[in-house]
Amino acid sequence: MEIFEVVQPGFLTTVQDGGRHGYQQYGVPVSGAMDSYALIVANLLLTNEEGAACLEVTLLGPRLRVLADTAVAVTGADLSPALNEDPLPMWQAVEVHAGDTVSFGHPVSGCRSYLAVAGGIDVPEVMGSRSTYIRSRLGGLGGRALLAGDRLHGGPVFAKTPRRRLPPRYIPQCQAHKELRVVLGPQDDYFTEHGIRTFLESEYSLSVQADRMGFRMEGPPIEHKSGADIVSDGIPPGAVQVPGDGLPIILLADRQTTGGYAKIATVCTVDLPGLAQAETGRIVRFTEVTQQEAYRLRREYEHTLDDLRQCLGQDS
Amino acid sequence: MIYERPRFLPGGDGALYVEFGNAIDPELNRRVRQCQLAIQKAGPPWLVETVPTYRSLLVYYRPLRASPSEVRSQLEALACDAESGRVPQPAVTDIPVAYGGEYGPDLGFVARHNGLPRDEVVRLHSDRAYLIYMLGFIPGFAYLGGMSSRIATPRLATPRAKIPAGSVGIAGDQTGIYPTESPGGWRLIGRTPLQLFHPLKEPPALLRMGDYVRFVPVTAQEFTDIQEQVEQGAYLAKKTSLRPEGQVGDI
Repeated sequence: MEIFEVVQPGFLTTVQDGGRHGYQQYGVPVSGAMDSYALIVANLLLTNEEGAACLEVTLLGPRLRVLADTAVAVTGADLSPALNEDPLPMWQAVEVHAGDTVSFGHPVSGCRSYLAVAGGIDVPEVMGSRSTYIRSRLGGLGGRALLAGDRLHGGPVFAKTPRRRLPPRYIPQCQAHKELRVVLGPQDDYFTEHGIRTFLESEYSLSVQADRMGFRMEGPPIEHKSGADIVSDGIPPGAVQVPGDGLPIILLADRQTTGGYAKIATVCTVDLPGLAQAETGRIVRFTEVTQQEAYRLRREYEHTLDDLRQCLGQDS
Repeated sequence: MIYERPRFLPGGDGALYVEFGNAIDPELNRRVRQCQLAIQKAGPPWLVETVPTYRSLLVYYRPLRASPSEVRSQLEALACDAESGRVPQPAVTDIPVAYGGEYGPDLGFVARHNGLPRDEVVRLHSDRAYLIYMLGFIPGFAYLGGMSSRIATPRLATPRAKIPAGSVGIAGDQTGIYPTESPGGWRLIGRTPLQLFHPLKEPPALLRMGDYVRFVPVTAQEFTDIQEQVEQGAYLAKKTSLRPEGQVGDI
């Protein structure tokens, strides 16, 4: 069923889901939503599968004509979403009707907003995922960002979508100052003691070179013992690689599967959704946690998601 | 260098590296492959996926199914098991290549740079089996080892904006095949009509880490014929097994 016609595509609007898992051994990046929390919440609000495909809207959002009665939910960054020029409430399911217009205005806070539709965005699955990986023109709508004139299909819609609203305690708060908890390794032994201290005790700001592949940070250079090159190995999400110039790069959804720069640490999963919303110039600090502590945080995060599933699983 | 015992290194809160050494070495790479096969065979419930590279296996796990220490102790057992275990004989995939001309615009440069006739460059490039150390960089791209140093050539100073899929190139002492159209700075010496990466095939990559490839020179006419068969889905890449002494023979 056709649900949207793209009137204006926005700056960078792509179809993203829970990611393309299982193909990194063939060199295929995972991709998927940069803010995975916002994606899950948007889907749960509409009783979709939590990894269903949504539109990831970046900074300047699209203008979409609604072609069929359905329901939508907008989560993540506040990019001034509107329904027929009135503010569209975020973090809740909203009914829309054929002939309506969903649009976005100026960015208020954050960078990436998620627009979910009942039943999920329906594009062909490629390697088990609907996520767009633009560099290799894989997945999504023709492997590219949306263009004016595109028509998007949605999955089957139930006759009545429950009205669901996210309890405010689950809405992430934007902090002016971002703390990124990290587990050191796998190549922290490539850095001098001074280098590790610089990394953990300095402030870094998000440079303009930040995209779905990774965020390049600016700040004091981190000292290597003897060079930045390693024999290539795999790259997990949130890995902080430090090339020869000493400036850290945090690798994210569209990261290459393998790489040859020393990785000083990995950002904890629980801090990645917030990082995905960081604007240019945002100051971050890296704080060391042990692997055990990171594991505890991860479990806590997974349990929060469980609570959320429970809470949104009942009609509200 | 190959470590006496594998190292287990953290990749954040959902991944663990099993690192066997710190070098580009066929024996080291074989251990990585063994370990991957052992884990796939065991199929623990916490396993998400594995990424084999030159020297380590990155293992993604589900943190709600097992703690890092549980994952580590199970991987330790599997990694040790892998050291004694056997791996299937690697396969050698034949890659037909049309060398020179429009297919390999830099063949002449590579020849001049190394003071060799063109056909000697082709001979040196196609007279051996290359080990596939890993896939990465772009989907389906194979890191190959074992190229003759006599045809080593530096990269282009300015990369080309667009290189056709299937292009076979040289960069320093490495050779490789571009699986999809992309920009790049490798010296192009030929092109294969085979599809190295096809997103709708399972698996999507023609080549596999731990196997070998051999380049087989073909004429422009043969290139076109094979290309037609590939497009019709009628071409089956020729695979042979690698003999223990390193010779290539029919299965």
